[in-house]
Parts: sequence; C-alpha cells; structure tokens
Amino acid sequence: MFSYHRPASTEEALSILSREPCVPLAGGTDFYPARVGKPIQENVMDLTGIRSLRGIEERAEGIWMGALTTWTDVMHADLPEAFQGLQQASRTIGGVQTQNAGTLCGNLCNASPAADSVPNLMALEAQVELESVRGSRRLDLQEFILGNRKTAKADDELVTGLLIPKPSANAFGAFEKLGARKYLVISIVMTGVVAEWNEDQRIGKIRIAVGSCSEKSIRLEKLEKECEGKRMDQIRIRTEHLENLSPIDDIRAKADFRLEVVSELILRAVRQTS
Amino acid sequence: MEVETASKTIRFKLNGQACSIASNPVTRTSDVLREELGLTGTKVGCDAGDCGACTILIDGEQRFACLTAAGQLEGCDVQTVEGLAKDGKLSPLQQAFHRYGAAQCGICTPGMLMAAQSLLNVKPSPSREEVEDALGGVLCRCTGYSKIVAAVLEASGTETQELPADADSGFGSRTRKVDGEPKLLGTEIYGADTAPDDSLWMRVVRSPHPRATFVLPSPEKIIEENPGLMRILTWQDVPGNNGFGIYPHIKDQPVLAKDQVRYRGEAVAALIGDRKSIEAVTDDDLGIEWVPQDAIESYESALEGKISPVQEIHEDNLLARGFLKKGDAESVYEQSLIKAQGSWETSYVEHAYIEPEAGYAVKRGQRLELFVSTQTPYMDRDEVAQVLGIGPDQVRIIPSAVGGGFGGKLDCSVQPLLAVAAWILEKPIRCTFTRPESLASSTKRHPAKMKASASCDKDGSLTSLSFEGDFNTGAYASWGPTVADRVPIHCSGPYFVPNILAKTRALLTNGPPSGAFRGFGVPQSAIAHEALMDSLAEQTGIDQLEFRLKNALRKGQKTGSGQLLENSVGQAECLEALQSRWQEWRKASEEFNNHSEIIKRGVGIGCCWYGCGNTSMSNPSTMRVGINSEGTITLYNGAMDIGQGANTIMIQICAEALGLPASSFQFIMGDTDLTADAGKTSASRQAFVSGRASQLAGEHLRTQIIHLAEAEEDANLRLDGRTLWVQDKNGEHSILLSDLLPRTNGDVLVGEGTFDPPTTKLDENGQGSPYATYGFGAHIAEVEVDLKLGTTRVLRLAAAHDVGKTVNPTQVEGQIQGGVAQGLGMALMEEYVQGVTENLHDYLIPTVGDMPDIEILLIEDPEPLGPFGAKGIGEHALIPTAPAILGGIRQATGVSIHRIPATPDRVLQAIQQKGMQA
Repeated sequence: MFSYHRPASTEEALSILSREPCVPLAGGTDFYPARVGKPIQENVMDLTGIRSLRGIEERAEGIWMGALTTWTDVMHADLPEAFQGLQQASRTIGGVQTQNAGTLCGNLCNASPAADSVPNLMALEAQVELESVRGSRRLDLQEFILGNRKTAKADDELVTGLLIPKPSANAFGAFEKLGARKYLVISIVMTGVVAEWNEDQRIGKIRIAVGSCSEKSIRLEKLEKECEGKRMDQIRIRTEHLENLSPIDDIRAKADFRLEVVSELILRAVRQTS
Repeated sequence: MEVETASKTIRFKLNGQACSIASNPVTRTSDVLREELGLTGTKVGCDAGDCGACTILIDGEQRFACLTAAGQLEGCDVQTVEGLAKDGKLSPLQQAFHRYGAAQCGICTPGMLMAAQSLLNVKPSPSREEVEDALGGVLCRCTGYSKIVAAVLEASGTETQELPADADSGFGSRTRKVDGEPKLLGTEIYGADTAPDDSLWMRVVRSPHPRATFVLPSPEKIIEENPGLMRILTWQDVPGNNGFGIYPHIKDQPVLAKDQVRYRGEAVAALIGDRKSIEAVTDDDLGIEWVPQDAIESYESALEGKISPVQEIHEDNLLARGFLKKGDAESVYEQSLIKAQGSWETSYVEHAYIEPEAGYAVKRGQRLELFVSTQTPYMDRDEVAQVLGIGPDQVRIIPSAVGGGFGGKLDCSVQPLLAVAAWILEKPIRCTFTRPESLASSTKRHPAKMKASASCDKDGSLTSLSFEGDFNTGAYASWGPTVADRVPIHCSGPYFVPNILAKTRALLTNGPPSGAFRGFGVPQSAIAHEALMDSLAEQTGIDQLEFRLKNALRKGQKTGSGQLLENSVGQAECLEALQSRWQEWRKASEEFNNHSEIIKRGVGIGCCWYGCGNTSMSNPSTMRVGINSEGTITLYNGAMDIGQGANTIMIQICAEALGLPASSFQFIMGDTDLTADAGKTSASRQAFVSGRASQLAGEHLRTQIIHLAEAEEDANLRLDGRTLWVQDKNGEHSILLSDLLPRTNGDVLVGEGTFDPPTTKLDENGQGSPYATYGFGAHIAEVEVDLKLGTTRVLRLAAAHDVGKTVNPTQVEGQIQGGVAQGLGMALMEEYVQGVTENLHDYLIPTVGDMPDIEILLIEDPEPLGPFGAKGIGEHALIPTAPAILGGIRQATGVSIHRIPATPDRVLQAIQQKGMQA
C-alpha cells in the first residue's frame, strides 16, 4: 500500500520525509504528465495543505516566495520593476490553468532545461531554501539545479521557498521567449535579464541568464561584464560570450538556430529593461 | 499485490451541492468526476495538461482536472460544465455558444465554457485579448476558435456579430445545431463516456520499435500473479482474418502482430481485466523479447532496396502509383521561355482530434455490438465481421458522438480489438486510447516529397505543368492508394492547363500508416502548384491574383483528366471577390515594410479545387425519413456527424424537400441496425451525396403524403399533433396519422432516397470524369515575419469558397475557419516524428492566440446534382491556407520555404542563406 500525506505544516511534512521518501506534489503540472496511462505507485506528499508556504513577503534578507506560490500569484503581486521578467514569464507559461496550479518552486525542482522560471530567477540571484529535520540550508540557483532533471535536494529535504535579494530601485527585469505558438508552448530559447541603469543611460550591474540552450539554464557572466558601463547601442554580443552554451538539436529547433537567435533575444530583453 | 494508495474521504462542494467521496486521493480529479461520480461532461484529451478539455473551476479558478489530485479538492468549491445550466436551461454563455455555432464536435466545449466562465465571473466585459488569454489553455481542432471567441464576447456584451436573432430552420438558414444542446450541457455521450457496468477494460501493448521481430512469452505466469488481469490476447485469438484495411482486397494491417512489427505503435497484444490491473501490468512485465531490425525511415531507403522491404509482397516498397497525362507537358516545357520549377517536402501531420479513440463492444447472442467513435459505421461493420469471421448482419455499430475525426477515424483503431475481446471473453469490453497511444498508433497525413515544374506563354496563359510526388504511406496501406490516385487529378490546381504530366508513388516505410486527412494528399500538392503560379506570375510581370484569375478553370473547359466542366465552377468568382482586399492588403503591407526593418509583412494567395466524393467509384448514400403515428418525423441519418454538422444540414435539406419545418424532426445517427448506408464521412461528400439522398427521401415522403391526400403537387403541409394537414387550391385535406398502419420503426409513412454521384473510370492516362462535381476556393493571408528570429504570425486571412449553395452559413463558416486553422498548423508548426512527438506539447497545433482574423466570402454557383444546388466544403477549406501563408512569407522576406512546416529555424535558415547569396 502506498501512502498519501497532506500535512498542514512544514514541521509535519519534514517529519514524514525523515521517515519515508515521498514524491512531493503541488500543482501537479509535472507530476501527472509524467504518469500518463500509468498507475501511481509511489508515496506522495501533497504539499498543498501547508498554507504557510504560499505567498510573497518582504523580509529583512530580501523578498521571500513560499514554495507553493503559483505563477498567478507572481503575476498579480506588487513587485519591484526587477521582477518584470519573472512576471512576463508567468503569463507565458502554459495556459491559465497551468498558471493557477503550477508553482515556481515546482518548476525549479522539475529542473527541465526549458523551465521558464529559471533564467529569470537566476537573473534575480534567487536562492533556494531547503529544510529537513537535519536543519536548513540555502543554495544559489546554480548550485541547486545540477543538470537536466537533477537537483541538489536530498530525499528528506523540502524546498520551502525562494529568497531574492532586494533589487536596487534602478533595476529592471525582462524576459524574452521564443516558441512556435502563442499559448501552451515550451520555449525553444529564452532569456531573463535584470539590469541596473545609471542616469547616463549606461548599464550598471546586469545579470543575464539563458534557458533551453544547455542542460540547465546558465548565467552569461562574460557577457554581463561586457555590458557593464555600456550604453544600449554599444553592446556587441560575440561568440566567446556564448561559449558556455551547449544547445542540442531537438524537434523544436536545431542547435545552431538556438545559438543564432539567443543573441537577438538577449538584446531585446536588455533593450526592454532600458 | 497491493497496487494503490488507500482511499480517503474527501469532502467538497460540487456544482453547489455538498459532496463526499471515498477515493484514492492521488487519482486525477478528471477520473474521479467521470468514473466515480458519473459526470462525464468533463472530457479527457491528454491527461497531461496539454489540451484543456478537462478544464473545471476550483474555487472559481480554471484548473486542469487531469492534473489535480482528488485529495486537493478537500474543502473546495468545484464547478463543472454540468453546473452551468440552471433547471435544464442553457446559461447565457451556453446560449451564445449555441447561437454562434461555437461547438462543432463539442469535445473541447466543456473546457472552453469553463475557461470562459472563469473570466466572465471576474471580468464581465473582457477585451478580445483577455478572452484569448483565458482560452489559451484549451485546444480546439474543429472551429479555428473564431466562433468561440465571438460567442464569449457576445455573452459578455462586449462585441456582437451580425447574426439573425432567431434563425428560422429552413435550407440556407443559420439553423442551430440539432445536437448542439447536449454538447453544451456536457450530456453528449462520446466514445469514452459510457459502457456497461460490468465491462472489463482493455489495454493494448504496442511496439516500442519502428521495426522488430518479437517473441511474446506464454502469459500464464503473469495472469496468475495478477488476479485482476483476465486474459492476454494475441494474434492467435483472432477468430477470423487477422488483418484489416480500407480496401476490400488489402487487409494488410494485423489486428495483433504475429512475430514482427512494422512501425512504432503497432499492436502486439491486448490485456483484458479490471482497469487498475491492466494499467499496473507494464509492458516490461510481459517480458517480450524484441529484436530490433534496420528500419526504412526515408524515401531513399525505401527505394534503394538495401534493407528488406517493409512488406514482403511489395518488394520495391511501392504500394501504389498514380498517373495522369494530357497533351505533352515535357516538350512544351522544354520549348517554353517562361518556366518555373521547384521541390518541396512536407511532414507527417497528426489529426489531433481532441477525443482519443474509444468505445466498447458487447456480444449479444450471436451478434457483436460495438459502440465507437467513428466516421464510417458501415465500413466498421464489415471490417469487424471479417475479423471475427462472421456475417456483416451479425455486427451492429452504434456510433458515439465523435469528438473530431478529420479523416483519422475512417481507419479502424479500437474496433477490431474490442470486437475480438468481447467475442472471445463473452463480456463487455471497453477501451480508451491514451494520448501517446493515439498519436503513435493512428494514421497521419502523408509526408510528401514533390518536384514540379510549369510554364506559361508571354501573356501569362499556362502551357504546361508536370508533377512528381512520392508519398510516404507508412507501414500499411490504409488510404495510400487513394492519395496516389487523387493527387494527379488535382495537382495542376484549379487552372486550365493544356499539357499535364503527373506521377505519384505511395511508398511503404516503417512509419505510422498514412491515411486519410482532410484533402487526401491534395493540400501537399497545392503547396507546389501555388508556388509555381507565384513564380510564373512574377516572371510575366502579372499580379499573382490576376495571373490565377486569367488561368482559372471555367465552365466549358476541360480539366486535366479531360472532364468537361459544365456547371458550378466558381473559381474566377472566388478570385474576383478577393481582388479589392488583395490590393488593399498588399499596399498596407508595403507601407508597413517601409517603416520596419526587422519585422516584415507580406500577403500571399492560395487556390484550391477538390472533387466531392470518391474518385471514379460508386459511392452511394441512402437516407430514410419516417413519420410515426404520433406525428414525430425521424431522419434515419447514416451520414456521420463528426462535428461538421451533418445531423443538422441533413434535416434542413430533408425538411425543405418535404415541406415541413426542421424543428419537427428528430434524428438517429449512423446506427447500422436503424439507418441505411450513407457511406463514409470523407471526401467532402456528405453535404453533396447524402444531402441529395436526404432531399430525395424528403421528396419521396412528400409524394406519398400528397398521393394519400389526393392533393396537388404544390400543396402546403402542416403537422398538428397526429394530424397532417395538406392544403392546396382545392382546400385542406387531413391525414390522421394514427389511422395508418405502422411500418418499420413504428413509422406510418417512410420516404427513402438514394444518390450515387455519376463518375467514370480513369483510363491508363488518368483520363475520365472522376467526380460529379468540384468545389473551388481561394485564400489570401497577410503574414508578419521576424527576420531575426524566423517566427511567422498570420495577421489576417480572407477565404472565398464556391459552395454551390449554402445549406447553413454558420456551419459553412465553421468549416472554413477550422480548415484555416489546420492549414495554418500544417504550414507553420505541425510535424509528427515517431517516438518524439507523442504528446500534445511536443506535437503542436494552433492555439487561440495563433489564429488570424478570418473573413469569409461565400460564392454560390449552384451544382444541379447537389441538394438544392449545394456541394462540399470540408476539405476545400484547408487546401489554400498553407500556400497562401507560404506565399506571404515569400513576399515578406523574399525567400521560399521548401520544407514544411515553416518553423522558426527553417525560416531563419532560408533568410540567412539568401543573405549569403546576396
């Protein structure tokens, strides 16, 4: 017999996880599609009863988003301009049904190379909050996502939320996604950018992350350096800026195409922030 | 073996009522609603959040029921489609859907309604954009979304389209769908919605390899270990012929493969038992020993002969050839100064009906009864009979409502397997394909590899056209020969061409069987002839529309097959109707381009013609209409309604012929015990062929009434309860229906009509009269291409079609809008790759946000053989769309796309290659 738990508190959830491994379930938007035509024969921990894990709060360390925060929650939240990209992404995920059910943290835990949340959260320098009965830890997103469908989360750990450092007032965010249709579409290439613009229309700090172009989304640190101190019209993206990308050929597009369009998408996203 | 999670009591509010169930809490809410609570209004199309058919409201928010754990409903307020209507009266939103014809097959309708309702609850007057955002998560394959969006806007009072408030029900009126209400209420019964309570479930085990030999170990042990698994059927269990196929002489696809499989998805065994057990026993548990073989997956390898042939009896992998020769195209082309040529390749395209294949079978005495989603009950009856080795009269097909077909439900899917299982086990057996299974196993549009050339003289008159096309017909014949035959006749387009040479081949490969899909190969070949027209027009300096108009087929001319066109040839009128828009749109796009560097616009044009009915073949329809002693008129309609609206128009036509209102009719659809054979719902033949039969049936009944009343021919009829009043210039005669002796089905008067469109055989040069009539059409499309990303958006499209006479404008528009959506998908995004795109997030079809504004212009050049002048539209609607879009891309970017679909990477590559050449 398999168990189904729907704890009401994080403590209860962690205690169960310390005893038996369970598949965490929230919006179900990745859980069920992976089980089409198959019986569900595993222990499931349904997190949706833990009310304290849903919501967005301003805390001393930054902006906290609980693990059950949905795309719709993000879309409607009153957030600083730097979150614009994340909010744009929330509107392009699946259809409204996905946005209402799907959680940002679920998107991270699923660790698809095409996860729309990741480039934006990387550009926001989000950290992932993990808890277990052994204690809690916080990982940078780059450390949390290890590869295609692989994360650093231990079996007894639960992702409880995200912590995003409070962006400066002159930081703006943008998201560009290329897909083959308007709704319900998986990104062929996407980029999330958060840029601080100085009064002289030059870029201060900038964070640029790209998804669907490697096993996991990555930040383009060389390009970020290149952009700092530049005006929009001075930005030139060169091959070496993209050297860490390793796109593959798949049904959605060829690898060369991804490399070809990523520069254009980045430029458009940076321009949006200006 | 403990296979599942313990039940839990879940309490929630369901459509306003308190509800408490004991259920496995990880079960999908869609399953709980359908299987445990009997609320089958919520549909399942994918179980993966890709189609939205299962959309319900949870605490007012739209959610995919298939992705929601039942346990999460605890304490929630759940609303399903069944909760929309109050006291059986349609809600304002449902009424708007009904008025606009927003439900065609109806399978996406519950999801659409719920998604729209969630928006209207919080935003009573939304903008069009907000409506699209709200509906973005629900796929519709029939309507092209136009009427759905219009209905939501109308319900919200934001926009009202011009529609008669209360349409009457005669021929030519916007009669509402006679089967519309159940589709809107969620009470319509589709293939997966019902089965006898004691039914066992069937799960089909399929090949994971495109080609392999295999050994299936003896099943005893696994059956012993799994008490809920009753039986594993193999090829040895098939009592009759272990083969099926469209053609009476080609039954090449095994019901269950014996020792080798020829495509990924081929059926090898069927597990029968309770649902949980057959799902829990995995394919791996069966221990099938697979030995994968080199597969033929390209045209080249099919032709090279290096790999052993797909089917032993076709050594050269050549299933069928088609040929047409008129004049001497080769030498005329050689001598011509103005010529164009090119090559094009298209992909496998999936029908993607939102209702997966489903049904149940039950043995009743020495008869087999099959309830199934089908386009062709009579062919199913004969197919099942030969598989069981019994007579066709021992089989009864009762069609379910069909949640989309588009040609894909002409071939057998669940039918032979369910029949064998029910026959052998003597128990009712049900089955619903999963979406990946549906995608892997079902037929597709033929991929085509085409070469074509054409020439014209200085003043732009076409002088020759040559076409060579290889069509990948997959592992089994299906409709391959039909495609090979149809394409040569149509590949010169709706133009007068004095010299034509056309050769086609249907090649067998280890791919899914290519079958019938809206147009039987003609949409593929239209891409070639329309690109040639653009090129020739450009070379002669004649406008592309004018060039087509100059060459348009007209009455008194002969087609490529030498058929003299005498009536109903509206091609020129279609083009003329588009002239002003064409000029205006082209000008607008040029102006736009003057100010835009990266985004470029272009307007393209595509034309079509298409023969209604089967090619050079008898394809009769018989329709019956009866009145019973109570005064109820029943149309016994054998013409399957697959969403296109046959149930409605057959009644409209019959009513017109009979002289009594359509509202006094009821109907029975497709039941092989109760209706006569009206042939397949395919080849754009039902409105034309069955429509004519329906007219004849109505006239036959009328004649009997007139005779009985001894009244004049032009008498008026009136039905008042059990009394039929017949009024002529001599006065009013009454017939008391209850005085008449009941005949079949309790009817006291029965009319019958049969129509078989006149055609002739084609000779060795493809010459003859293959169709009794043709439909014509043209589309223009304005597109926008992003030169840096390769993305294409269609901004607006105008479609002109000669439909002979419009039986029902709402339905004709619906056919055109839906055809445009499928044509757009084929042009820009649809590409099935076996083993890769076996779900609806990797196989993409257009969403509501991908559709342009569509303007429709109906041309009526009556067809004397059709019912009151009408002819078909189903397939015509799709054919010109892709050529028009590709022409638009060409005009916007200057590049021609030769590999379809024109995905962003292909478009960008073409743009860059051109840049390098420049």
